[in-house]
Amino acid sequence: MFDLTATDYQAVLLSAKVALTATVLALPVGFLAASLLAFGRFRGKAVLEGILHLPMVLPPVVVGYLLLLLLGQNGPLGSFLRSVGVRIIFTWWAAVAASLVVGFPLLVRAIRIGLEDIDEKLLQAARTLGAPWYDTLLTVVLPLSGRAILAGASLMFARSLGEFGATIVLAGNIPGLTQTIPLAIYDYVNTPDGDHGALALCLLSIGLSLGVLLCSETLTRTLARRSKA
Amino acid sequence: MNLNLALQKKFCGFDFDVAFRTDSKRLGIFGRSGSGKSTLVNLLAGLLPPDAGRFRFGDRLLYDSAQGICVSPQKRRIAVVFQHSHLFPHLTVERNLLYGYRRIPASERTIDPGELCRVLDISHLLKRSVNALSGGERQRVALGRGVLANPHLLLMDEPLSGLDEKLKYQIIPYLKDVLDRYDIPLVYVSHSMNEMRMLVDEVLVLENGNLASQTSPETLARLRMKECPLGYLNFFSLQNPVPDEHLWAYEWGKNRLTLTHSTSDHKGLFTLASKDIVLFRRHPESVSARNLLRGTVGNIFELDQRIGVELDCNGKPLVATIVKKAAEELGVNPGKEIYAAIKADAFRRVY
Repeated sequence: MFDLTATDYQAVLLSAKVALTATVLALPVGFLAASLLAFGRFRGKAVLEGILHLPMVLPPVVVGYLLLLLLGQNGPLGSFLRSVGVRIIFTWWAAVAASLVVGFPLLVRAIRIGLEDIDEKLLQAARTLGAPWYDTLLTVVLPLSGRAILAGASLMFARSLGEFGATIVLAGNIPGLTQTIPLAIYDYVNTPDGDHGALALCLLSIGLSLGVLLCSETLTRTLARRSKA
Repeated sequence: MNLNLALQKKFCGFDFDVAFRTDSKRLGIFGRSGSGKSTLVNLLAGLLPPDAGRFRFGDRLLYDSAQGICVSPQKRRIAVVFQHSHLFPHLTVERNLLYGYRRIPASERTIDPGELCRVLDISHLLKRSVNALSGGERQRVALGRGVLANPHLLLMDEPLSGLDEKLKYQIIPYLKDVLDRYDIPLVYVSHSMNEMRMLVDEVLVLENGNLASQTSPETLARLRMKECPLGYLNFFSLQNPVPDEHLWAYEWGKNRLTLTHSTSDHKGLFTLASKDIVLFRRHPESVSARNLLRGTVGNIFELDQRIGVELDCNGKPLVATIVKKAAEELGVNPGKEIYAAIKADAFRRVY
């Protein structure tokens, strides 16, 4: 039953590529946003928090449609990108964009929870020793938030692997080009006699996600041991 | 150190409003918890923005609400040693020590890290993780980290209250040594009278967010005798013990004291509670107590049912407390000669 076709393999590779790219791109911004929410004291923090978390509670299709309006040929950002010769929609970058927006809140939330565990007195100590905020962020906060960052990254990676709603609206379902695992499964389900293919991809998807979770769990434990030693 | 400050800060249910100026090199901030000590620490270090006021340290204006000046904590050059040391858990002892040192211009690094480590006796710990240190070692590393930042002022916030009762004062000789050697002014915050008397020249007493008094630690200790069950603690800084039939004899001015304790490196601080001194009107000929000092009565002050008696023993001050009835029978009056008996084991070694 594991007779996967070439397009199935392409879907698996594309899913991994999209999820990895989205996660790697989101990490620096996500860390900054989480730091801002965890340590910043400013007006409109609640509003910023709401906006950052919105994609988590909106239906992914809505997110996809809004992104389409923004990045489409006539959208404000889309027309600018077209003028410099870049097209995002209906390419694999559209899948990355969809995963970025949908997964970002999960990343920020997980990192933020970890950051809030850091004793604020440590940051104060760093500042009285002459470190400006960005120095403190790099030399104290970042090294102490390894586990939180890992947790956030694996959550976002797993979420990106499963992204469907926003991706199909923004990137379409083009086999070999923008078809990720969930989209391929969707195709199989809509095809007569597609059950075998759908099931095979489902099992592969479960295996991939489980692998990610196990890896992150192991790494987390290693980090925990190191911070205790 | 020249410190001139007037700062206000409102919290819900607590108003902080303190103004003072001082020229003393070692300033103590004394008060109960909730008196505003921590607020003052945060305001001095710049970790908390005041609502209004002015704060000048030496020739630098660090805060002025009228001119809109507020120097950030990293530019104040005021190093803080916190109650729970707050060492960076992901760095080794060495990298903790050098954290501030690396962040000042090379031309301003006047303190040699190796020498400081020897003074603080932490050279053997450098490669260790800070999580493998004892409480006293942690506090010494925290002190070293602060001092290596070449601060213009060292601010210590209850640095001993998290430590083991038996060992907590052991850091004090290190601290004194460091402050003298590198000539760093100190602001020391504590609720412990003993720490104040061991370390500072002048004390600010805070109550409910206001300055209650600005006085010397000695005066404050005598004022607070009533509240302390031990009465007043006499401090003895003694050195070079001479063995004397299982006991140790020390010179105390022109007097000789016999103690059961020795000191490790020739120098030590001992305390004696005022209630542990027995007074005699005439020389008692023979007495089991190993120390008999002749003194002249100075001031006498009332403390509820007891009387505090200041003695001048060959130029050295000694304070004893006795009950009123005893004072009447002895006829204690200023100028009278009197004998004080102290048991050799009544002295307690502090460090």
